[in-house]
Amino acid sequence: MNITQVLFWFLSVLAVGSAMMVVASKNPVHSILFLIITFFAISGHYILLNAQFLAIVNIIVYAGAIMVLFLFVVMLMNLNAESEPSQKNKYILYGGTIAGASLLLVLVAALKQTATTGQMIQTNGGSVGLIENLGKLLFTDYVFPFEISSVLFLSAMIGAVVVSKREG
Amino acid sequence: MPINYYIFLALALFCIGIIGVLTRRNAIIIFMCIELMLNAANLLLVAFSKMQVDVNQPTAGSDAQIFVFFIMVVAAAEVSVGLAIIVMLYRNIHSVDVNFLNRLKN
Repeated sequence: MNITQVLFWFLSVLAVGSAMMVVASKNPVHSILFLIITFFAISGHYILLNAQFLAIVNIIVYAGAIMVLFLFVVMLMNLNAESEPSQKNKYILYGGTIAGASLLLVLVAALKQTATTGQMIQTNGGSVGLIENLGKLLFTDYVFPFEISSVLFLSAMIGAVVVSKREG
Repeated sequence: MPINYYIFLALALFCIGIIGVLTRRNAIIIFMCIELMLNAANLLLVAFSKMQVDVNQPTAGSDAQIFVFFIMVVAAAEVSVGLAIIVMLYRNIHSVDVNFLNRLKN
């Protein structure tokens, strides 16, 4: 077991464990904090795969901006463990859990014997994830989606302001 | 690290997100589980981008990482609009319980 495998298993257990705590936690602030831990674990996986640009962008955008926005909204509404609506209906709890677990089972069984079984990933190396190569690709081949995404952000900003305007 | 390990990890995160969307009643937690599902897909895309190793073309498979970048862009825009809608919902009914929205039926 070299250091890459140890790190992979540690980060995987951390990601899956905090994801389960996101779903199971009663306090919404705790759920947000566990989701931030999950995002850091996924960024750790990106660093293991040498996707450096995406690891940093994941931390800055997801854990740094989106989760902070969620935290602002939760603090604005003053949500805590007491005011949290809990799902009392046993059928929905068991049905939802069994549905998700059987989806996992079906997908794992379907992908068990595919053509990519056992193909190794090139970790620790390779020049795919370096920011220089991604930047060159983004500004030459994918410059049109890049510019359209700025229009998307503009429309999202206008939409958010229009939706939350007070009456009068 | 075989690709299967990353497939199973991404599937586990995705299915945990699905369980969260189906069982929770708080609209904000449901939204966060959607973000978890998006991140599971991102992880799988990055893992697949490292599967193609070609000596002649060292940057083969970097399309997947550009796609992940755009998925993050779309997720950020979606979160801003979605949270604006949730704040408006809270302003009207003073609760973020999604079972409350059943009353729109009548």
